Amino acid sequence: CRDCFKALYVHKFRAMLGKNRLIFPGEKVLLAWSGGPSSSSMVWQVLEGLSQDSAKRLRFVPGVVYVDEGAACGQSPEDRAKTLAEVKSVLQNIGFPWHTVALEEVFGLPPAVLQGSAQEPVGTEEAYKSAVDSFLQQQHVLGGEQTHQPHTQDSPGPCSLGRSPTATQTAALCRLFDSVRTLTAKEELLQTLRTHLILHVARVHGYSKVMTGDSCTRLAIKLMTNLALGRGAFLAWDTGFSDERHGDVVVVRPMRDHTLKEVAFYNRLFAVPSIFTPAIDTKAPEKASIHRLMEAFILRLQTQFPSTISTVYRTSEKLVKAPREGRAAGPAGPRCLLCLCALDVDTDDSATAFGAQTSRLSQTLLSTPPAEAGTTTGPGCVAGEGQACCRAACNYVHRKGVQAQVMEQLCYGCRVNMKDLPSLDSLPPYILAEAQLRSQRDWVMPEVQEYLIEDSDSEAEDALVQPPGARLTTQEQGGENTGTGL
Amino acid sequence: MAAPLSVEVEFGGGAELLFDGVKKHQVTLPGQEEPWDIRNLLIWIKKNLLKERPELFLQGDSVRPGILVLINDADWELLGELDYQLQDQDSVLFISTLHGG
Repeated sequence: CRDCFKALYVHKFRAMLGKNRLIFPGEKVLLAWSGGPSSSSMVWQVLEGLSQDSAKRLRFVPGVVYVDEGAACGQSPEDRAKTLAEVKSVLQNIGFPWHTVALEEVFGLPPAVLQGSAQEPVGTEEAYKSAVDSFLQQQHVLGGEQTHQPHTQDSPGPCSLGRSPTATQTAALCRLFDSVRTLTAKEELLQTLRTHLILHVARVHGYSKVMTGDSCTRLAIKLMTNLALGRGAFLAWDTGFSDERHGDVVVVRPMRDHTLKEVAFYNRLFAVPSIFTPAIDTKAPEKASIHRLMEAFILRLQTQFPSTISTVYRTSEKLVKAPREGRAAGPAGPRCLLCLCALDVDTDDSATAFGAQTSRLSQTLLSTPPAEAGTTTGPGCVAGEGQACCRAACNYVHRKGVQAQVMEQLCYGCRVNMKDLPSLDSLPPYILAEAQLRSQRDWVMPEVQEYLIEDSDSEAEDALVQPPGARLTTQEQGGENTGTGL
Repeated sequence: MAAPLSVEVEFGGGAELLFDGVKKHQVTLPGQEEPWDIRNLLIWIKKNLLKERPELFLQGDSVRPGILVLINDADWELLGELDYQLQDQDSVLFISTLHGG
């Protein structure tokens, strides 16, 4: 019946948040809203949760982000403007602070988006409890005047990241997506760019959590799809409740207990506003992409065996995010340039086909400019000079092999996807810049390593004892270091 | 002989794209020998309303998995699915939950 259904639905949402104790009171949470049923339902749940009486009220500060993907999906400017107007009217009614960004803005992102912050998310039980306590105290102090909703303190209204996209950016985006040969790769690319953009919005506006509306059905499909795409190593991150891969911004999926059917019924029964926008795969035949095919497969199986989705989904719940063996300690290893997961690339001596592929790649990269490398960091290289010739070498590398350079820094899944791009040059500049930065760093690293003092405890003493000459060497290296962007 | 029926057929979640983007259709089903059930309705929709790509809406004699059917706002699974006999003034809603509609 209607009331029980509602109670169950609301309970599921809150239980998911409560059980995981990830969202601290007073925290800023960005709701990623696509206009589709699940994320609309999620926004609605948050809205209702915030307006409830104090005991049960959700206690975080929400904001909504909408990414306009019209250009990638081949929508006409008129259609996009119409959709955007609809989006804005819905957002205005919701009353949260909101941000609308166009996908084109990926061309203006800084490379820093791809640099995961080293900061570990604070997620311990005690931390949660103390945060709750302090929040309650704070509220107590504020007393009766706390009648207005927390979200109204933050000026509700539009805070668009930037102006509407320029025509050149739109053209660049269209060119990028048109050049991708398969729908599978297109969907993956879209997802990657969208994630980066949302991440950027979250960082700029100081949100520490991002909520996405992935439903249980969608996650089951995603799990199988990602397996097929060669992303098995990251399933726990890609489909789990929380995703800490970005360090300072954690992605959570509070809708993961709701099936799409429940979502659709709820939205229908309680008139939750949602906006339908054609996606990149709208009207595509069933076998057009791995995503499509897997969706059809799972849903068909579900009609014959009604527990298919829940079984697949439970599997995703049991996955544990474990660092690879031998990597548990120490600094975070290299991360994939696109999906920002820890690289699953095996060392060159691996017997797997992938290992072979990797070593071939690095050979093509390494075989090109060894001469330059020798001259750049010779012993007599002064900081300024070294910087200049380093840059020259890197430019050389850059021209020689953007392809190899980017490929080298991708995980297996992303590598396979990028093979469907005839040229990586049309990727947004921030990705290419970061790729270059990283390979420059890789060049410099072995050179610097020589001069680095291994034992950090005795560093101070060493510095005192060392003759002035030796001291100078380390400084020089430091200068070179910063020069190349470390 | 069943009398002609007037029913409201509605599409949502992207399914309307296959019907010229029109969400609500007020239709009159002609009288026929056997009573109108959902099975017949789907055939009738395919002939009269569906504008393109029937394979994206129908599969076999039923709808594609992933498209939900609500009859008078109730799940059709509770009402006998394809065998539900339509009444006058019923409303039938098809919601696509498929990605991209």
